[in-house]
Amino acid sequence: MSDLSSPTVPHHAFPRPPAPPASANPMLPQVHLLQRLHRENEDTFTLELAPAQGGTLSAFRPGQFNMVYSFGVGEVPISISGDPTKGGPMLHTIRAVGGVTQALCRLKKGAAVGLRGPYGTAWPVEKAAGMDVVIVAGGIGLAPLRPAIYHILNHRADYGRFVILYGARSPRDLLYPKELETWGGRFDVDVLVTVDHATGQWHGSVGVVPQLIKRSAFDSKQTIAMVCGPEIMMRFAARALLERGLEEESVWLSMERNMKCAVGFCGHCQLGPHFICKDGAVFSLPQIAPYWDVREL
Amino acid sequence: MKVTTLEPLLAEHEFFSDFNESDRELLAGCAANTSFRADESILREGGAADYFYLLRFGKVAIEYFAPGRGSVTIQTLGEGDVLGWSWLFPPYRSHYDARALEVTRALRFDGACLRGKCDADPELGYRVMKRFSQVVVERLSATQMQLMDLYGVGENV
Repeated sequence: MSDLSSPTVPHHAFPRPPAPPASANPMLPQVHLLQRLHRENEDTFTLELAPAQGGTLSAFRPGQFNMVYSFGVGEVPISISGDPTKGGPMLHTIRAVGGVTQALCRLKKGAAVGLRGPYGTAWPVEKAAGMDVVIVAGGIGLAPLRPAIYHILNHRADYGRFVILYGARSPRDLLYPKELETWGGRFDVDVLVTVDHATGQWHGSVGVVPQLIKRSAFDSKQTIAMVCGPEIMMRFAARALLERGLEEESVWLSMERNMKCAVGFCGHCQLGPHFICKDGAVFSLPQIAPYWDVREL
Repeated sequence: MKVTTLEPLLAEHEFFSDFNESDRELLAGCAANTSFRADESILREGGAADYFYLLRFGKVAIEYFAPGRGSVTIQTLGEGDVLGWSWLFPPYRSHYDARALEVTRALRFDGACLRGKCDADPELGYRVMKRFSQVVVERLSATQMQLMDLYGVGENV
């Protein structure tokens, strides 16, 4: 762990993806091939994609997303869930809940998938250097946060306490259970997992994820929180974090609302003055809080 | 001989940390240390709610028994949490089962003793009532969130 009293905390400049050439059509997907489809739980799966023409994948920052195109069916915004510092395929963890995601779920190895991106803002992993970090994830919200978790674990000495709080509907709905177990087995990471409803075989916590916030150990004056999950869960989590003493500016969250074009053309994802696709999806709480309670938006 | 009370333990516990020392001394007069083995029953729905507990270590499941389904865990509590509020209200019967999931240590408070002190000192009673109302509201809020099925299917794309 880092010495928080030290003023010279190493700072990691994340490799920013190169800007697309001016002539590139932002609506044109690049063809990728499915290398592997991995079932995470009953309705969630991870796609491993590589460019059809070979070559390297686009660099991405933790929290960014791609538009994933099931040809002939449609396109959906999906956060990137892999390790940003590792090579290898592009990972997307997806819940099969609608026409496009169910079509993606049925793909076989070698199938063509379109990708546009990466798009959007990133988790503040650089800003958090030298501070405690609290990850608050609910359901599939762990997937967009996993690249940030990998980044922090890859640069563990640059951060203070590292707390991962994760909630799911039931034990069988947990995402990445093996990784949660591995992270929880480390001496330098606190992992608390809770489920809303438990079966007899579950010996962990039962309750909602915001309740874990008051039970976890971190210095609220020196903490960055990164929150992702259903919007209502994020509202409760943000409230619990503020009650623990975090400043609003220290709470970051990932919004997902009606993203269609991903480049700020269509306006479907507009929330107040923000286009979520272009100005987000990762926002600080003060950017979003004024619009959360406006039901007409 | 100096008599050592449990007041310092109450001061360490978040639940009563904003009470003053004199209040905590009064409360400590109704308290005793206790512990439970893993799987030991602490409260039973409909049973006498003679005590409440401040958990110092361990984990406790709040459960309901459903015929045909067995015990269903609604919530788990851990270090820093308070278990039991039925001691405050007639008929002083527990609203749920509680069971230690692992070795658990707690401060146990005698409800009748504490009610007596609250009746005798309404200011203390008000502070205790406010603190327990917060617990009830937090439990209600958590239950409401569970009922909403937060992780259910949202936008179907």
